[in-house]
Amino acid sequence: MKTTRLGQLEVGQKGRIVRVGSDADSPDWVQRLMALGFLEGSVAEVVHQAPFGGDPVAVRVRGTLLALRRQEANAVEVVQYE
Amino acid sequence: MNETQSLQKVSAQKGSSQVRAKAPVLKTIALAGNPNCGKTALFNAITGGRAKVGNYPGVTVERKEGRVRTPSGVELRIVDLPGTYSLDAKTPDEIITRDVLFGVDERVEKSPDLLIAVADATQLERNLGLVLELRKLGRPIVLALNMMDIAEQRGLDLDLEVLSQELGVPIVPTVAPKQQGVSALLLAVEKKLDDEALAIPVAIFQSTPDEIRNRFSEVDRILNLATRKKSSPTVWTDRLDRIVLHPVWGSLILFCVFGLMFQTIFNWAEIPKEWIESQVQGLGQLVDQLMAPGPLKSLLTDGVISGVGSVIVFLPQISLLFLFILFLEDCGYMPRAAFLMDKWMGKVGLHGRAFIPLLSSFACAVPGIMATRTIENRRDRLTTILVAPLMTCSARLPVYSMLIAAFIPNREVIGPFRLQGLVMFGLYLAGIFAALGVAMLLRSTVFKGPKPMLLMELPTYKWPDAKSIALGLFERARLFVARAGTVILSISILLWFLSSYPRPPQGAVEPAISYSYAGKIGQGLEPLVKPIGFNWKIAVALIPSFAAREVMVGSLATVYAVGDQKEGATELLGDRLARDWSLATALSLLVWYILACQCLSTLAVTRRETNSWRWPAVMLIYMTTLAYLGSFVTYQLAMYLGWG
Repeated sequence: MKTTRLGQLEVGQKGRIVRVGSDADSPDWVQRLMALGFLEGSVAEVVHQAPFGGDPVAVRVRGTLLALRRQEANAVEVVQYE
Repeated sequence: MNETQSLQKVSAQKGSSQVRAKAPVLKTIALAGNPNCGKTALFNAITGGRAKVGNYPGVTVERKEGRVRTPSGVELRIVDLPGTYSLDAKTPDEIITRDVLFGVDERVEKSPDLLIAVADATQLERNLGLVLELRKLGRPIVLALNMMDIAEQRGLDLDLEVLSQELGVPIVPTVAPKQQGVSALLLAVEKKLDDEALAIPVAIFQSTPDEIRNRFSEVDRILNLATRKKSSPTVWTDRLDRIVLHPVWGSLILFCVFGLMFQTIFNWAEIPKEWIESQVQGLGQLVDQLMAPGPLKSLLTDGVISGVGSVIVFLPQISLLFLFILFLEDCGYMPRAAFLMDKWMGKVGLHGRAFIPLLSSFACAVPGIMATRTIENRRDRLTTILVAPLMTCSARLPVYSMLIAAFIPNREVIGPFRLQGLVMFGLYLAGIFAALGVAMLLRSTVFKGPKPMLLMELPTYKWPDAKSIALGLFERARLFVARAGTVILSISILLWFLSSYPRPPQGAVEPAISYSYAGKIGQGLEPLVKPIGFNWKIAVALIPSFAAREVMVGSLATVYAVGDQKEGATELLGDRLARDWSLATALSLLVWYILACQCLSTLAVTRRETNSWRWPAVMLIYMTTLAYLGSFVTYQLAMYLGWG
């Protein structure tokens, strides 16, 4: 199963979350992501992106729309839907 | 809280419930929920809007408390807690919520006897996570499923009995703006209080990632059982966002929304403003006719009516500004503006979220600085606090509008845009650029560090709750009038005294004010303010305005009214200034007002938020220096251009 980073998805693409946070990410940040709904098994979809370089992005996850920067969204690993 | 105290508390509660028939003890009910779940609207619906708004001691997290009587006549104390996504608190306001919920310090807030957990029915997948977390506190809970009407419109069909059973808490569906479900909620609260009056305090706990995972799997399991029909996703928010967050249209809308805001503040407010002005003038004339000449008449017309009157006329403009800000906050646009601006904010080293405190600072830097508590990182927070007072707050508005009306011709420029409105917009832009410039400087020197993280909810658009907006607006307007009646009144009287005494000697040639204390002080300061184009009357009026910016209008009115005996109090201040000042002086004063730190409340709130005198001192010094330099350059340039 090929996984990709959430921050690399284009607008309109979505994937199922398989992993949140790696050893490189601070535990506080990972906890924050999870409390807002980034959890393994949930679906995340990139819905909008900001002007001038497409960063930050707006991601829909567990029924809410969350804004985060692409680089930070990379803490979330997804299996992309075709 | 240590264990002995906890035990005492438990036994005290036990005792009180036994003797409740004789001496009813006021129970405390706390509202807890995710941000944007409609918690404050529900709080207003429960308390009927009669809330005491204050601050938690030590920190400036807004604290709201109200009273309500249940259908059977029990009085309850309702406390609205800041919204939080989880009990693992990171930001200052989340820490307050956590500490109150855990009952950490009874002196700060009595620990609640019961919690009303508020959940947005359209977002249960996330909102129920906090409900499960709250359950671990061991306090009685009643769950309010708020925004139930919107959820049902989207086709959600829930089996509330199953949901209630699985969550282990009673559930009441509510629609806060329509008051629906409020009495049912109070009944459920009352019943729950009778059933279990005993809360067992628990120590603060943190969740591990595994615990969070399990919590949300539990949410999914419960929702699977209780959902008969899933709701369709929101269509309107998506459609709107496709335009509002569009790279081109979105930026254009952002620019137009704020451009329009300043245009309307200037144009719409004219009618009520002129009406109040004419009332103030009428009052001045009435006193003038009725009273015999003498010090008391002079005090009333030149001191009180001139001073307070000239500030109170700006009530319509300030109310309109707050109306805009409250509306944009309540309908969900503010975080979108932050989203669009994040790239630019990032360029100067700020968080996209810093955009919201900075925007609120258009109304007033005090709530703006308070709003920085949602920023986790200390460096980002301090930078935002230090630049927030550069954003054009409403207290500058009286000075700006008076000077613009007196010195800038109201020519048409393009379409509905007139020169006066455009100059106003320009002043706001100048404030923004000053704030961003200073932020960039701070972030590349004293507050050097990695770019802050951004994680921000973009809530579903909603039609703002009229009641909440009206209440917010009323509170702000009341504060403004109260200030005019206290601070500005006393400063006006003091200034009248200083500019009227001592009386000029026999056969004096200069105007009376030049012989007074104020005249002496002003003339002493003149060499200092001369390079920036201010005369000694401006210097005198400027001193009290260091307490609050809008005082300047009143103190100028007093100084000029006393100094200009032949015209009396009936001539408008703007006309007097237009005669007395050059355009260069007016421009220099405008620039001074963009940059100077003239607000005791801002310094006080900075002291409280940073818990040190250092940062308010830094703020005062850097802003005053900047203002002096800015005014100097402006005045010299204007003189060079021949606007002297």
